[in-house]
Amino acid sequence: MGGSLLKPVILIGIVYAILKFIVPNIPGSAPLPSSLIFLYLMLTTSGIVIFATLSGESKDAFWGPIQRFLTGENIGGLQVLRYAVLLLFPLIVGWQTYSSTATSDAPPAENRTIHPAPPGEYTGLSNPVSKTPDAIQQGKGFYAAFCSPCHGGNFDGKGPAARGFNPPPANFSDPTTIAMLQESYLFWRIKKGGVGLPIEGMPWKSAMPRWEVELPDEWIWKIIMGEYDGAHQSPRTWE
Amino acid sequence: MRHQSGWIQRLLQAGSGQGGMLSGLLMAAGLLSLPALAFGADVSPAAATEYRDIPYIGSRNLVWIVAQLHLLLAGFVLGVPIFAWLCEVVAWKTGEKRYDKLAKEFTKLLTSAYATTALFGGILLFLLISFYPKLMNYLTDIFFPSFIVYCLLFLVETATLYLYWYGWDAMQDGGKKTFHIFLGFLLNFFAFFIMIVPNSWATFQASPVVLAEGSDIARAWAATWNPTWWPVNIHRLIANVVLGGYICGAYAGIRYLSARSTEERDHYDWMGYVGNFIGVFGLLPLPFAGYWLMREIYQYNQQMGITLMGGFLSWLFILQAMLIGVLFLGSNYYFWLGITYRIPGSELKYRKPMLSMLIILLLCLGVWMTPHSLVASLEEARKMGGTHHPLLGVFGVMSAKMTVANLMILVTFMSFIMYWRAGKQETATWAKVARSIMGGVLVLAGIAVIILGVWGYFVPAIIRINYFSTSQVLIVLFVMLTITPLTALLLKSAKTTTDMVWGKMPPRAGYALVLNAIMVILLMTLMGYARSSSRVHWHVYGVLRDSSQYAFSPALGYAAAFMALNTFCFCMIVAFIFWVATMSDKAKASHG
Repeated sequence: MGGSLLKPVILIGIVYAILKFIVPNIPGSAPLPSSLIFLYLMLTTSGIVIFATLSGESKDAFWGPIQRFLTGENIGGLQVLRYAVLLLFPLIVGWQTYSSTATSDAPPAENRTIHPAPPGEYTGLSNPVSKTPDAIQQGKGFYAAFCSPCHGGNFDGKGPAARGFNPPPANFSDPTTIAMLQESYLFWRIKKGGVGLPIEGMPWKSAMPRWEVELPDEWIWKIIMGEYDGAHQSPRTWE
Repeated sequence: MRHQSGWIQRLLQAGSGQGGMLSGLLMAAGLLSLPALAFGADVSPAAATEYRDIPYIGSRNLVWIVAQLHLLLAGFVLGVPIFAWLCEVVAWKTGEKRYDKLAKEFTKLLTSAYATTALFGGILLFLLISFYPKLMNYLTDIFFPSFIVYCLLFLVETATLYLYWYGWDAMQDGGKKTFHIFLGFLLNFFAFFIMIVPNSWATFQASPVVLAEGSDIARAWAATWNPTWWPVNIHRLIANVVLGGYICGAYAGIRYLSARSTEERDHYDWMGYVGNFIGVFGLLPLPFAGYWLMREIYQYNQQMGITLMGGFLSWLFILQAMLIGVLFLGSNYYFWLGITYRIPGSELKYRKPMLSMLIILLLCLGVWMTPHSLVASLEEARKMGGTHHPLLGVFGVMSAKMTVANLMILVTFMSFIMYWRAGKQETATWAKVARSIMGGVLVLAGIAVIILGVWGYFVPAIIRINYFSTSQVLIVLFVMLTITPLTALLLKSAKTTTDMVWGKMPPRAGYALVLNAIMVILLMTLMGYARSSSRVHWHVYGVLRDSSQYAFSPALGYAAAFMALNTFCFCMIVAFIFWVATMSDKAKASHG
């Protein structure tokens, strides 16, 4: 094997190690799913192939050893390894294909949409409650009573009951949650709860109560105002 | 609701098997007795048919294939005249005859491609009238004034195309050439309206504006000027240029790979460069146009916006990122190969900048392709605390995507600038200052784009959308508008140190051109599905409900198979058009 092949192999190994062992250990991080690691490794490999084939010399230095190895041209004692690779490669591909399609008792990969589309009747709604300090304060009070046990007093999804849920309650201070959405969207989510989610949102996975049976609409609108204010976020608007 | 689905199947089934003969006799008797129906005048009329179906493939699938092929052909037919006309203008202004030859070569394709596009348009119309009479009645009721306008536009476009093509050789000199250029302009002018009129019908289905009262023209005009009409018009116009450019590149790539003489290799290598350049030229503003379109859709209707970008269809945008990423990589790769092979001795000088650009492109693509909701096993989701990664989840939203898209555009632009400057030595006394200014502008622009992207997480969505994203786009445009004229001025007095050598590109350059064209076609089929599926179970969103048996969104895997099929069919049709159009040239060449 030429030295030109060793560098790419080392590079792929380093990228894999970073994704697998370093990123998960960054404070506030978590292990990456294999689908994402695979995606990033594919990108790395594409980059290596692109760079290695930019000129005739670099292409020959990169591709030459692979070609010689696969064709068995002057590889001496590596013949056995060549046969092993030629035999193992299709077997591994076959095994991979089989294991990805065979019946298994493992649960399927989760493909849950966190923010599915709301029903049409909610899309045009706007908050009917005037945004006054009193209303916001009242909303925060309702939030403390009904929402904070799960979503947390700091609006960070870390309420005392949060640890019991999977998926965990939403973190409203994260700029990729309620800040991306309109108030009417939150109204739908609070009113209908987990069971009101469409299929792509996996309603069976959310423990969010259906608050429409407990709270009047006006309280829900006030809670929404309190949530945005407390989490230091603003709802999506078009003006 | 009334369906006629299934009667054809039953008829076909009745005709097969052992009871075939008996069934055939019964059918014949039934057909003979049809006139007797005329006597049943007192019978109340049957309810209007709303849908019809076709066995095996299904009406929706058939319409899907034909509509997508028609759209792709239309994109080609509308994109190529822009491409050809620009080449003709360059030839006219610079006196470089090879541009005129290239323009003519592509205009020749137009006549057969134009007929094929019209043929598919006709088939589509018949299929829609047959399968969706309720919808077509509704649309005709609203749009019939624009149907007439469309027919008139077709007449003038056809006449202009004939004059443009058949008059090419006759109008080569002096005032005649100017008139020919004017004809080319008219061809594109009418083509633009041919594109935007049907766009109004399609966009009306997604974002309808329905007037309950008013004249026919007032209703048609209100329906035409719907919220997504202009965003789609602009997006499609740019996309057509991209399609035309990359298909030209692919054609050149294939001809280059099969070239037998040095002249052919030189010519098709150069043509590949021009095709790639025009494709990239269109590709650079395309993400801005797409962003504007999505913004308008989201603003028009939250449900449709979230269905597309956060819900069921959001996975399409990850696929889109992948395809656009390959396109950016492919285009840059082609530029870099050009520097290495066409400008001997440049490889060493530019290898490091190429590596830096490649790393930036890959990092950006990694961010662009990271979904908001990740695909994870149950165990992985538990460890992450859901399908949203606490750290990399921030890459899943628009602030990150817009930032990396802008950076990729900047890098691609700089690849082109690098290619342009390679093999030349700037002699102007102010060259050093100019280079410093360009470097400074580029670095500052990159930093500004990143700062705005990060800041975007901490401001209300409307500030990000209206001001930050727009500022990012303006910054990138500023870079292009500053560096392009500055480079042109610098190169005006530059000394050529290494002459450009054509025909030396390796075969993989030809394959890269073909890959780019396939990526664009796949992208168009992908977004065609997205645009159509975003209406979910509505023919006309919120106005006319789809009550057919196909009132559901096809699964993504199923849709992907159709995208692949449509891409394959389109490539075959284009290959056929190229083959037919170049047949006589080959015959002439072989005879001497």
